[in-house]
Amino acid sequence: MSRLRNSTNAILPPLAVVAALVALWTTVWASGVFHESAFPSPLAVLRGGREEARSGRLWNDLITSLFRVSCGFALAALLGIPLGLWLGQKMGARTAFLPIINFFRNLSPLAWMPFAILWFGVGDASAIFLIFLAAFFPVALSTMAAVSNIPAVYFRVARDYGMQGAEKLTQVTLPAILPQVITTLRVTAGLCWLVVVAAEMIAGRDGLGFAVMDSRNGLRTDLLVVEMIVIGLIGVVLDRLLVQLTKISSVRWGYER
Amino acid sequence: MSGSPLQLDQVSRSFGAVEALRGISLSIARGEFVAVVGPSGCGKTTLLNLLSGFDRPSSGRVTRDGQVRMVYQHDGLFPWRTVTENIALGLRQIKDEREQARQIDEMLRLIRLEGFERHYPHQLSGGMRQRVELARALAGESDILLMDEPFSALDYLTRLRMRQELSRLLDERPRTVVLVTHDIEEAAQLADRIVVLTERPARIRYELSIDVPRPRDLTHPDVVRAIHRILTELGIEQDHSNNSDKASFKTDARS
Repeated sequence: MSRLRNSTNAILPPLAVVAALVALWTTVWASGVFHESAFPSPLAVLRGGREEARSGRLWNDLITSLFRVSCGFALAALLGIPLGLWLGQKMGARTAFLPIINFFRNLSPLAWMPFAILWFGVGDASAIFLIFLAAFFPVALSTMAAVSNIPAVYFRVARDYGMQGAEKLTQVTLPAILPQVITTLRVTAGLCWLVVVAAEMIAGRDGLGFAVMDSRNGLRTDLLVVEMIVIGLIGVVLDRLLVQLTKISSVRWGYER
Repeated sequence: MSGSPLQLDQVSRSFGAVEALRGISLSIARGEFVAVVGPSGCGKTTLLNLLSGFDRPSSGRVTRDGQVRMVYQHDGLFPWRTVTENIALGLRQIKDEREQARQIDEMLRLIRLEGFERHYPHQLSGGMRQRVELARALAGESDILLMDEPFSALDYLTRLRMRQELSRLLDERPRTVVLVTHDIEEAAQLADRIVVLTERPARIRYELSIDVPRPRDLTHPDVVRAIHRILTELGIEQDHSNNSDKASFKTDARS
């Protein structure tokens, strides 16, 4: 009973806000401040959505973009986490590498776009490269910080109870950094989703970013809004999926302390 | 097995120009409970690190006979492991899973945490966590228990309870114990022998034995007298009693 009330309490207010936003949208559209071609009505967007759903083109673009993000993100995690582990344990390596990693992290991956096209052409490879760059440095840096912040007492305990080498890594170091790594993966996944759209707008022949550019070129502002809604919704879904990782019972300590 | 499980022979330890310990000799008998007290920063933890073998002396000799377990000042439990999994760490030598499970159950009963098997440390109170630490250290076969201010992070009442708890656990699982603490009450209530260290570089200033069986009340006359003696030694209380109190425990002042 009370759970039902709680869930309606959780759903109704956000729905009301969305409804208010659509009402505002309709009002602005009806007021005629913007030209019809520059400001589609909610109804036009709805029709555009039906059109996209029928043609299936948007679906293909969505799959393409998700594929690129998954590849770039997975590659960044696969290489960035080990690098961070290494840097976190070796003070000397940290001193040597930290400035350059910080440099690249603060360099927008989009600035690499011309080189990405020159090296990899227009398509999957250059998009994946850019997404990789967006995620790799933050993941490596955050893993490094997490490792260097592991309380020394955990390693004392590991030693006391005879843990060494690979066992120390899998039983102490990795579980100790996991909560922070999961948080970083969540943040960088969002970043990757932003980057893929931008990358495809410039260096794409398909994908959601390309669809946005295509609609712009065809002056189809109704489709543009459909695409924006899809991009935003997928971003939210990605984050919700990664939040599930924080519910693993052996990482809860990292979020509840 | 005979001889002393823990022995320090003219042990000194310096860190660069800082001399932490100077010429410490200490012999601890099997099953003895020794508390080391002294001014903060005097090298108590250094002493413990030498005893555990984590650190080596600059000069002198440390001999150790038996397996050492350590209980730490701050949370040494792995927060990503449940109570059961943390205690299992102390039973790693036991390969038979059934036997391991049986011993874990026994430790849980001993620390009165049945029903908390699947809890994680952050879901427990400070006192419960420290009980799990004790269970982990006392599980399985070990001989020597080294404790580095194990109860210092707890509130006063919980600390008092933990002293009783420790007395009871040691009754069931006898160990040779070295407890480093700044809590003189704790030392007087628990230890068979109290070693008072000087300011850095730490030497042994004073030793005092208390021959009262555990568990002892905090207000037991011998405990109170021991506290007074130590505080006097540390220059915090004055010795107003002229007819000194050497009656019920041996004191052994060193120069």
